[in-house]
Amino acid sequence: MKIVIINYGAGNIQSIKFAIERMGYQAILSDNPEEIKTADKVIFPGVGEASSAMQKLKISGLDKLVPILKQPVLGICLGMQLMCNRTEEGNTKGLGIFDVDVIRFNNNVKVPQIGWNQIDSLNSPLFTEVDENEYIYLVHSYYAPVIEDTVAQTYYGIKYSTALQKDNFYGTQFHPEKSSVIGEKILKNFLEL
Amino acid sequence: MLTKRIIPCLDIKNGRTVKGVNFVDLRDAGDPVELADAYSKAGADELVFLDISATEERRKTLADLVLKVAAKINIPFTVGGGISSVEDVDVLLQNGADKVSINSSAVKNPQLINDLVGKFGSQCITVAIDAKQIDGNWIVHLVGGKVPTELNLFDWAKEVEERGAGEILFTSMDNDGTKDGFANKSLSRLSQELNIPIIASGGAGNMQHFVDTFKEGKADAALAASVFHFKEIEIKDLKHELRNNQIPVRL
Repeated sequence: MKIVIINYGAGNIQSIKFAIERMGYQAILSDNPEEIKTADKVIFPGVGEASSAMQKLKISGLDKLVPILKQPVLGICLGMQLMCNRTEEGNTKGLGIFDVDVIRFNNNVKVPQIGWNQIDSLNSPLFTEVDENEYIYLVHSYYAPVIEDTVAQTYYGIKYSTALQKDNFYGTQFHPEKSSVIGEKILKNFLEL
Repeated sequence: MLTKRIIPCLDIKNGRTVKGVNFVDLRDAGDPVELADAYSKAGADELVFLDISATEERRKTLADLVLKVAAKINIPFTVGGGISSVEDVDVLLQNGADKVSINSSAVKNPQLINDLVGKFGSQCITVAIDAKQIDGNWIVHLVGGKVPTELNLFDWAKEVEERGAGEILFTSMDNDGTKDGFANKSLSRLSQELNIPIIASGGAGNMQHFVDTFKEGKADAALAASVFHFKEIEIKDLKHELRNNQIPVRL
């Protein structure tokens, strides 16, 4: 199986590569459109600030490529947020895969949310053999509200989307690569789709 | 529900863990990777590596260590100690660290916080603050609490938040090493005045101290070293105790 992690200079992707290797698979880091197009599974990571990450995607032309990919694509954290219509962070236009606008947490909670929270209302093959209310690791200031494509939810002052799915596109707000054995299970489910 | 985090802290010198670690079941208790893995399996929510080396090769040794830790463990970790530039942080994050912690370099050059946040985002920038009370005022100290600054803890913490840091790691030098509990009054004030997570550090001696720092100190996370290294407190037991006290934890 050919697994490509899109490498567009956005943050900590080494950890995702290591997590995949711990499961016995190999992953390639690449920004080459041909490599990405011919992958069986594509991981779209992202850590950092939205507008600068989007800018980097545009420079390499990947903003045009990602939305037309046909194989399973998993956006993680900022990667998931960039797959939405817009994000309030840096007033950034996203890839428009998920029909939702990402907004900032209200100040009635501490921002960023950092730590382990729970997922519920699980409704995707990503969560095969994953129980309701399992703990996952999150670190973020912006969130996607609950929509039709929401396949996992979390409570932090309000209920919001911690996973989205539409056709071949998947997104997790949490970091599966940092979410202990549960995260590895979710990542494995994606790789075995 | 967002849970309270328990964070063991490992002091690193020249790529090895220093000062008392009493893990009899470990092959090599001086190996930070092995220790990190053991803590991860024991239920730690996050780890902090604090580098106290003073050698020329320090940066490279630390970067190599981060890569090895990232390859092994599946929980988040923070790296601190001697970080003073955007380049330092870039290498550590690229090698797999989730967050970095800066201390003296932020006091000497507060603009560094803005620069790091601009390049890497708030979520991975922790500012560590060491402070102790002098004539009733909390004064920020450098060099492990040896050198006082002009800064007041609460003013500095506010400035750190305004400059975009994602989290504050507050160590009370008055409590550190006493095993008499955390500085809950000032922690609680920090938590009320700021809207970013606060990690409590300094003073952990027993499980009740953790209960108190989450309840009275309103801390979001608690960091400790020796009570975990010497197995005076098992993380699993601690989490059960916290849950029995209605404090949300990951179990």
